[in-house]
Amino acid sequence: MQPWDTDRASSLIQELQQLPGALLPILHALQDEFGYVDQTAVPLIAEALNISKAEVHGVISFYHDFRHELPGRHILKMCRAESCQSMGCDRVIEHVEKRLGAKLGETTADGSFTLDAVYCLGNCALSPAVLLDGKPYGRVSAQVADFLIDDVRRRA
Amino acid sequence: MKVFVPCDMAALSVGADAVARAISEQVAARRLDVTVVRNGSRGMFWLEPLVEVETAKGRVAYGPVTAESVQGLFDAGFLEGKAHTLCLGPTEEIPYLKKQERLTFARCGIVDPLSLSDYVSRDGYKGLQRALTMTPEALVEEVTQSGLRGRGGAGFPTGIKWKTVLHAAADQKYIVCNADEGDSGTYADRMIMEGDPFVLIEGMTIAGFAVGATSGYIYLRSEYPHAFKTLKRAIAIAYEKGYLGADVAGSGKHFDLDVRLGAGAYICGEETSLLESLEGKRGQIRPKPPLPAIEGLFGKPTVVNNVISLATVPIILDKGADFYKDFGMGRSRGTLTIQLAGNIKYGGLVEKAFGITLREAIYDFGGGTHSGRSFRAVQVGGPLGAYFPESLLDTPLDYEAFAAKKGLVGHGGIVVFDDTVDLARQARFAMEFCAIESCGKCTPCRIGSTRGVEVIDRIIANQDRMKNLEVLDDLCELMLDGSLCALGGLTPYPVLSAVQHFPEDFDKPAVPPPPAQMAPKGQESSSWR
Ligand SMILES: Cc1cc2nc3c(=O)[nH]c(=O)nc-3n(C[C@H](O)[C@H](O)[C@H](O)COP(=O)(O)O)c2cc1C
Ligand code: SF4
Ligand code: FES
Ligand code: FES
Repeated sequence: MQPWDTDRASSLIQELQQLPGALLPILHALQDEFGYVDQTAVPLIAEALNISKAEVHGVISFYHDFRHELPGRHILKMCRAESCQSMGCDRVIEHVEKRLGAKLGETTADGSFTLDAVYCLGNCALSPAVLLDGKPYGRVSAQVADFLIDDVRRRA
Repeated sequence: MKVFVPCDMAALSVGADAVARAISEQVAARRLDVTVVRNGSRGMFWLEPLVEVETAKGRVAYGPVTAESVQGLFDAGFLEGKAHTLCLGPTEEIPYLKKQERLTFARCGIVDPLSLSDYVSRDGYKGLQRALTMTPEALVEEVTQSGLRGRGGAGFPTGIKWKTVLHAAADQKYIVCNADEGDSGTYADRMIMEGDPFVLIEGMTIAGFAVGATSGYIYLRSEYPHAFKTLKRAIAIAYEKGYLGADVAGSGKHFDLDVRLGAGAYICGEETSLLESLEGKRGQIRPKPPLPAIEGLFGKPTVVNNVISLATVPIILDKGADFYKDFGMGRSRGTLTIQLAGNIKYGGLVEKAFGITLREAIYDFGGGTHSGRSFRAVQVGGPLGAYFPESLLDTPLDYEAFAAKKGLVGHGGIVVFDDTVDLARQARFAMEFCAIESCGKCTPCRIGSTRGVEVIDRIIANQDRMKNLEVLDDLCELMLDGSLCALGGLTPYPVLSAVQHFPEDFDKPAVPPPPAQMAPKGQESSSWR
């Protein structure tokens, strides 16, 4: 992940601004590059797309995906929708929250993990499901979650 | 010689990449002439990673394979299809697959998803070839005659929607594929996009020719990064080989296609909200009328169809409307891609003609619960679908039969719960989910759902239980009648069905309300405001 860089952001915006409906592709590109969408991007986007800053704010805050600040070094997205509930995801989530000392939607104090709630990953035949740094895991018990966390920490 | 290891996201989630690596290592160490093909999934997820070898007798399956078991498989001679404790026999003979009627999923799990020659050699682009000989009117009529109804949830006849767009005069029209697949318990869209993306591309191209649209978008949920990569590459290949662009398959006809990512909003699966999102706006519902078929994307006539609806079009054109219509029951024609999920022993994709009962799906295919405990409830049709008890399991999977029981076939997801489930908690979650995902446009949904969570918390805590059950009833009625779209309008179904079929769960000893509640995103305090 690159540190926020306004020039780089401007050039990403420029690459995409001609697309029809360019706003979401731009926001995704910024978040892919920097891990979040920095406030300073708002006026840049507004100007490039010829819309108001309020509109850009409104879109960023509408969607669950877009982050306002730098997330942890690892992102653990835990599914808490019905299929995963039926396989005990609530217990796994509680276990992970306790272990990391952060709730879903929060980042650990040491900045190592961000926990996110997601509602279905399309892996419902192998619930409970998670996505760790974009990699899918199924049948995630508390033990498997511990293993994944240990493994990430070992490699850090 | 070929060995197949799925690259389907679900297979990856249980170690398919490590298995593929282990196989490649053995191949190198033993100096064998073996190609490892990354196919889609056959949809038998309890057997993933399911490895297949191509033998003289056809494909033989082994599963679930672990990286550790790979060496033993080679030692046992699995390349010749020999016996091993993981051997499942010829893939096509596995009863779970053999009992299915795979039309839309005919190729999924068999081909290399990014091999256009695999696609073409297995009837790919035959539908398009026939479509190119037909007038747009005849094409639309063929789809209408097939009886195909939208698989995204509402079950609206696809041909009729297309007809409206065909007859709308405009300088530009669009085909939009709804790949938002937000319902818990569903993954058919994901599987076909990862396992046979060209069938979706072909279906959208045919739709474009049918209604006179030269541009298409796939709106894909961001939770599907693997499908995104596969679609991007498949689209690039289709352009390269002349199946997309200014001269599709040498016909002189034009069709462009792109894929766009959503951003984690369930409501963007609703078609008007999806269109707003594609235009780069907040995903708020548009009032209907105008229908998207008249004023859709960028104000132009637009077909919005689900992935499975569009991916079913090629086989309808190839084999004809009558062939397709022969499957099914009543007004539900063709096949339903049932997705068995939740607490179920044999979770997976079951493509069957409409009409099999819920019981057959859950027991004959699914094998009952995963935990081995007794069955208690099933939610069909995603988070807006009703919870059914045992006594409703003989309901056939058919749009009308389900509606008669106040249920929803929806996108065909079946989520099973064992006897540890607490339906009061599930009802609470239904309201909570509605609060989290509400687009905020109308009060019954936005405020009602938050109130609903509070009321159910009071019921669980045994505060004025009888009175609060009445309040809940009134609230549900308000949401049913007063919501602009089906998120607010259908959330009462899981809630009321839980109360109706499982009253004992609302009559348990008091449990105090949980201390921390998830705040819906829109209500989080943010440094941005
Ligand atoms: C809250 C809500 C969520 C929806 N989510 C989806 C979805 O994820 N995928 C989908 O295809 N249709 C979804 N729909 C249905 C669409 O609005 C629309 O009916 C569908 O895309 C039309 O395509 P079809 O006729 O091929 O089913 C949703 C509807 C509502 C009200
Ligand atoms: S019912 Fe809910 S999601 Fe639908 S339009 Fe109203 S507020 Fe938006
Ligand atoms: S509900 Fe968790 S992966 Fe679908
Ligand atoms: S839009 Fe006003 S109540 Fe729904």
